[in-house]
Amino acid sequence: MSAHDHAADHGHAHGGAAHGSLRGYLIGFVLSVILTAIPFWLVMTGAIDDKQATAIVVMAFAVVQIVVHMVFFLHMNTASEGGWSMLALIFTLILVVIVLTGSLWVMYHLNANMMPGLHDMRQMP
Amino acid sequence: MAITAGTEPVFHLEEEHAHAEGGSTMLGFWLYLMSDCLIFAMLFAAYGVLGGNYAAGPAPKDLFDLDLVAVNTTMLLFSSITYGFAMLTMDKGRVAATQGWLAVTGLFGLAFLSIELYEFAHMIHEGATPQRSAFLSSFFTLVGTHGLHVTFGIVWLVTLMVQVARFGLIKANRRRLMCLSMFWHFLDVVWIGVFTFVYLMGMLR
Repeated sequence: MSAHDHAADHGHAHGGAAHGSLRGYLIGFVLSVILTAIPFWLVMTGAIDDKQATAIVVMAFAVVQIVVHMVFFLHMNTASEGGWSMLALIFTLILVVIVLTGSLWVMYHLNANMMPGLHDMRQMP
Repeated sequence: MAITAGTEPVFHLEEEHAHAEGGSTMLGFWLYLMSDCLIFAMLFAAYGVLGGNYAAGPAPKDLFDLDLVAVNTTMLLFSSITYGFAMLTMDKGRVAATQGWLAVTGLFGLAFLSIELYEFAHMIHEGATPQRSAFLSSFFTLVGTHGLHVTFGIVWLVTLMVQVARFGLIKANRRRLMCLSMFWHFLDVVWIGVFTFVYLMGMLR
């Protein structure tokens, strides 16, 4: 296999992975509209009484919508770029999870434990 | 291609050269987007930590208008699908249609920016400036950084429209349009995080 053949093959596989089809775009769009409308509706109308439950549902919709965008608009799959883009994505996601959970967890405990006078106030009758 | 004694394996070098002709641009650009994703993760973390510190100032409930945010989200979502149409027409080599969809995408992007700037101006007019509280500082940094990305995305879009008008849908322009496509859709993904984490969760607080 010559260098030229290799480049041509590469280009073809690449084009197929990165462009998508009209059907793919439309499915992604319709799913996105639904996945956007429901959380907005939930928060605007307060359909679920419990705020905590609403927050969890809204976050779940966001995660699903991000996956939809990744698949239908950004054309992510395990095969594109020989798997390297998926590897980079997984690595990034691990970092994002560490940064977000780490920051929120540490700062929550810092606030809870270091707030001056808070403990004393609570122990007051 | 047997290597005889004393022959340098030059074919490796040739292959390297053939590969470097824009073949790795997409992966490189994807890595840039991932690093950009980390920037946003830091800003989200900062907002998550500071978002409740109102300093006796206005809270999300006093400031945010969800109807406006919903319209804004729609604009960005429409711009995503129209960019998708631009890529599909680009595949068919139709220059005028591609330019048309790119222009529509740019207009939706401008509408998004205008609404966001109107929202910011409204908030600042009410005294909710970035200096007011840690919540507002982190809010303006996070949402403003996203808006800045969209601004540069529109500048890039106009640049590419001029390029396509002058040189047509040549290979280099197709590659550039594909990079911008990833950038644009990536910004939409970040916006999902913004409207969920900042606006919707803010209203629930």
